[in-house]
Amino acid sequence: MKTVKSVLIKITILILCLIEAYPIFWMLTASFKQQHEWVSKPAYALNSSFHFQNYIDAWTRGHMSTYFFNSLVATLGALFFIVYFSVTVGFVLTKMRWKMRKKVAIFFDMGIMVPIATALIPLFQIYNRANLLNSRVGLILVYIAFGLSLSFFLVSSYMRSLPREILEAAVIDGCDIYRLMWHIVMPLMKNAVMTILVLQFFFKWNDLLFSMTFISSSNLKTVQTGLLYFETEFGAKNWGAIFASVSMSVMPLLFIYILLNRRVIEGLTSGAVKG
Amino acid sequence: MDKVLSNKKAIAIFILPPLILYSLLVALPVVWSFYYSFYSGTPGLKWEFVGISNYLKLFIDSNFKAALWVNVRYIAIVMLGQVGLGLALALMFEFWLKRFKSLVRTLVFFPVVLPTVAVGHLFAKIYEIQPNYGLLNSLLSAIGLESWVQPWIGQASTALYCLIAMDIWVAMGFYAIIFYGALLDIPGDIIEAAKIDGCSGRQLFFHILAPLLKPVTLTCLVFSFTGTVKMFESALALTGGGPGNATKSLSMYMYNVAFGYNNMGYGSVIAIFVFVLCFTGARIIRSFDESY
Repeated sequence: MKTVKSVLIKITILILCLIEAYPIFWMLTASFKQQHEWVSKPAYALNSSFHFQNYIDAWTRGHMSTYFFNSLVATLGALFFIVYFSVTVGFVLTKMRWKMRKKVAIFFDMGIMVPIATALIPLFQIYNRANLLNSRVGLILVYIAFGLSLSFFLVSSYMRSLPREILEAAVIDGCDIYRLMWHIVMPLMKNAVMTILVLQFFFKWNDLLFSMTFISSSNLKTVQTGLLYFETEFGAKNWGAIFASVSMSVMPLLFIYILLNRRVIEGLTSGAVKG
Repeated sequence: MDKVLSNKKAIAIFILPPLILYSLLVALPVVWSFYYSFYSGTPGLKWEFVGISNYLKLFIDSNFKAALWVNVRYIAIVMLGQVGLGLALALMFEFWLKRFKSLVRTLVFFPVVLPTVAVGHLFAKIYEIQPNYGLLNSLLSAIGLESWVQPWIGQASTALYCLIAMDIWVAMGFYAIIFYGALLDIPGDIIEAAKIDGCSGRQLFFHILAPLLKPVTLTCLVFSFTGTVKMFESALALTGGGPGNATKSLSMYMYNVAFGYNNMGYGSVIAIFVFVLCFTGARIIRSFDESY
């Protein structure tokens, strides 16, 4: 009886893992299939050879190279400022002494609740008038602005547990406020910064709503917007190239995830634990 | 020390750039959309004050009601699926899984990191029927269930449920990890003591674990709720809102009204409705937490 139960449990767990993992595995194998395999064999069949031409097609004719470059520029540009700003804002709002401190902190906190859709219509008008539509700078700016609240929230909990003695010692040794920020506070926030980097990398790399609204010129499109209209541009029949481009868009995330999976899981769930 | 920490110039240098950016691009648009909601037409062209008539329009607009109904069903089932299955998975990790814990965790969490558009493409191919069977249909036909083969996302009766299945698939692991973390925080001797006192598995769950997991469950529900209210990207990537309006959510309708028909005023009203729904829903769920 006990063995029957444990076998059943093992099967349930196995099935669940299969359900989660199999579609991804299928996607990767499908990206190497040649066109005729889709017709002659059922969809679940494995690829008969590694047809790398799909990737080459997606990268060149499907413009994935352009999309990748654009996504990378926008994501990394935004990440740099999000990290820098969230540490400075976190420090100023938790450790420094000034009058409006509490109010400004609440103001930043409120941003966590704002659904992007609510801000989108006026933002579009602002961007339209400021000539920021179809520009990398515009996209980076909005990424930064919408990344601040959550990042600030995460930093400030680390910031509060930063011992005052460290700051005091540095000041006695003759640090002014700027050196204190760069040489003492920034390095001590390493863990918070890593969490923010991981969390925001996934948010920005996967962003669709902003890039599809603000970018229409095809040589500025990011990976997600490019993928969204991939079929209409590339032909719905070319499954191999579609799967190759989808797999490609997943690669950087897969890579980071395998490399840093503990950190990624912790980073992505930290946004939820805040409650 | 205090002098260094109250350096006004440094405070300004540190906080003004992000504060200005945040005010202009996050706070201002939210306020601005309230202002827009009282106008009709397109800013710059035929832009006129119409009072609350945009708000009244919500009550008679059948497209809005349809989108609301789609959205409500989506919220209800996805929330239940994500949080319920997440909890089930976490309990399984904790009590059943002896080996390969970290491997299973890594596998189950993986879909969370995937871009929505990629998942949408992947599932579109899984549900495909034309020109060749996709993964699901080919598997069904292989095990002799040819009669079940159908255009999963091509017909109104199943499209929404296919979308729901996809979104549960994506986020299940996320909630499992959160619940698992909460389970690890429960001291082992509480569970040990309950077992020594003769608690059955069911009693253990309902009388010991459930009360202890209540706060984290509510957090998960809030998270899932605020995520599903905004339903947009996954539906756009999988079905584009179709067939017909079968999977068109409130946010998608808002997007169409504002950017497709250039009706910024009415679009803003729908956007505000989403915001209010998000906010009050989260508040109501929170109110079940006495400690909050």
